[in-house]
Amino acid sequence: MTAARTDSVVGAPALYEGTKIPSPIPSWLQVPEARRETGNVLQVNFGPNHPSTHGVLRLVVDLDGEEIVGMRAVIGYLHTGFEKSMEQKSWWKAINYPSRIDYLASFQNEMVFVLAIEKLLGIEVPAKATWVRMALSELNRIHSHLIWLGTVGLELGVQSLYFYCFDQRERVLDLFEMVTGVRVHGRYCQAGGLAEDIPPAFVDEARAYCTNLRKMIGEYERLTWQNKMFQRRTKGIGVVSAEDAIRLGLSGPNLRGSGLNWDIRKREPYLFYDQVEFDVPVYERGDCEARVRVRIDEMRESLRIAEQSLDKVEQLAGEPWIADDRKVVLPPREELQTSMESLIHHFKLVSEGYRVPVGEVYVPIEGPRGEEGCYVVSDGGAKPWRVHFRAPSFLTIAAAPTLCQNHLIADLIAISASLDTLMGDSDR
Amino acid sequence: MSGYKQVPGLLEVNEALGETTLVVERERLGEAALYLRDELGFNYLADVAGADYLGWGGEVAGSWGSAEGRDLNVPYTLGPSLVAKPKPKRFSVSYHLLALRDDPVRVRLQTWLDDGEEVATVVEIWPTADWLEREVYDLMGIVFAGHPNPVRVLMPEDWEGHPLRKDYPIGGEPVRFSGEE
Repeated sequence: MTAARTDSVVGAPALYEGTKIPSPIPSWLQVPEARRETGNVLQVNFGPNHPSTHGVLRLVVDLDGEEIVGMRAVIGYLHTGFEKSMEQKSWWKAINYPSRIDYLASFQNEMVFVLAIEKLLGIEVPAKATWVRMALSELNRIHSHLIWLGTVGLELGVQSLYFYCFDQRERVLDLFEMVTGVRVHGRYCQAGGLAEDIPPAFVDEARAYCTNLRKMIGEYERLTWQNKMFQRRTKGIGVVSAEDAIRLGLSGPNLRGSGLNWDIRKREPYLFYDQVEFDVPVYERGDCEARVRVRIDEMRESLRIAEQSLDKVEQLAGEPWIADDRKVVLPPREELQTSMESLIHHFKLVSEGYRVPVGEVYVPIEGPRGEEGCYVVSDGGAKPWRVHFRAPSFLTIAAAPTLCQNHLIADLIAISASLDTLMGDSDR
Repeated sequence: MSGYKQVPGLLEVNEALGETTLVVERERLGEAALYLRDELGFNYLADVAGADYLGWGGEVAGSWGSAEGRDLNVPYTLGPSLVAKPKPKRFSVSYHLLALRDDPVRVRLQTWLDDGEEVATVVEIWPTADWLEREVYDLMGIVFAGHPNPVRVLMPEDWEGHPLRKDYPIGGEPVRFSGEE
């Protein structure tokens, strides 16, 4: 199975005729009446507390023997009301929240909200800050994919993969700790740039990490694609055609596993993604194997982007890492001792916060789980009027019944694993 | 832009911050959605977001900024303070559409409604809308007429009120203690 790379978004051969999406409720696979009358259908609650659901996801599954004949997902167990909470905080305090939503892609979630604020403010971000954001974005993607791959291994009987992946995952977190001071919820993005300059040793450490991980990805591939059990549990399972994937709102790697050459980084470039070289891995089979392969290949591409970004960061050493707009950006710490105006601005920014012009924006980025969108409405005040996150996992879970129909209960584990959903992301 | 002129029920086309917003009549939303999908190729529904504008524009007079953009470090370039303009109705529902093709286009389809008014579902046009509309109903209390499964999705089924409404208090929600009936 080789990666098919075409320039056009569509063009993969159709995997099946028509659509598999249940009707009339697209997210609810209902048991056919004839099947129910046999009296053999048993309803089973899969979750909410089941180790394979990656959080608290409840799947109500109707089984005829081991075959799935009906299914719907119940979510909301992790609903925390982040969108409501963010309306109560000033803009710069609200930046803390998004990283808690999708906690595996914490940096990217934080960044998408900051990008939305910056779009409303019309503020220019220095080049160095953007390159650092790109490097961290890609490291963050690798972090998310590593956790995903490790847990996929647990579920599909390749226990050792988990230890390999989590070892490397710890090392990414070490890099994040080096930059932000904490491992997961860094709050490193600031409207206008970054909260601090990166430490001088970061670039070399990150490069060494990339070199090492590139070797390790080869190990992961051997652990998965040379493992008969892993292959047989993923090949031909959970097939979804390109057309259905679009209609169901799947995004990111799940779309690329169905033969769509769609990557927001390439098609609608944000940050400096149009200035780096990378490929978009696309597989056409639409099954679990294709989705797993897309993500493993994607880690390599992320390494390429991260290394190119690190080169740029090194070239820009000593350059500013945050915009020089004193109405939005905190004054440099040392000025507070000597400048009255800096002290006043610092006080106003911290106590009241900056104001963001009236408007509404929707900013989409390519997250590890797909399109992470942030819709923000400002009324011109110091707090967001409305913040809404387009959570890729939310739509992926709604699509799961389409993929699972007429498969066995054991395939459900493989399918939900290959879709890479995260309950924090879907429930918000 | 000219392509949008034919959208059924179109009230206005707003271009701001590099994004296009099409405001359509509430009663003709379904027609507009179908036109956008079939004639203009918006095959992908990325997101549905509701917003409550109760109390909009009340306490924000004198905001920084100007229509042309900001240059706060140069005196006298602020322009007139941009005050939030009143909104036509209390709620907005925004459908973020994407034409997923080689030359991608994004557009925001928006409609306005008051409390108690309904908007037609688009589940048959984009199956993605199933959970997205349920979320807007759940958190914002906007009813999507004709939705095949109009129940809450994030909050418990018997929850009272719609938390993202502006008149829903923060911290004032009932807390259920374990063991309570």
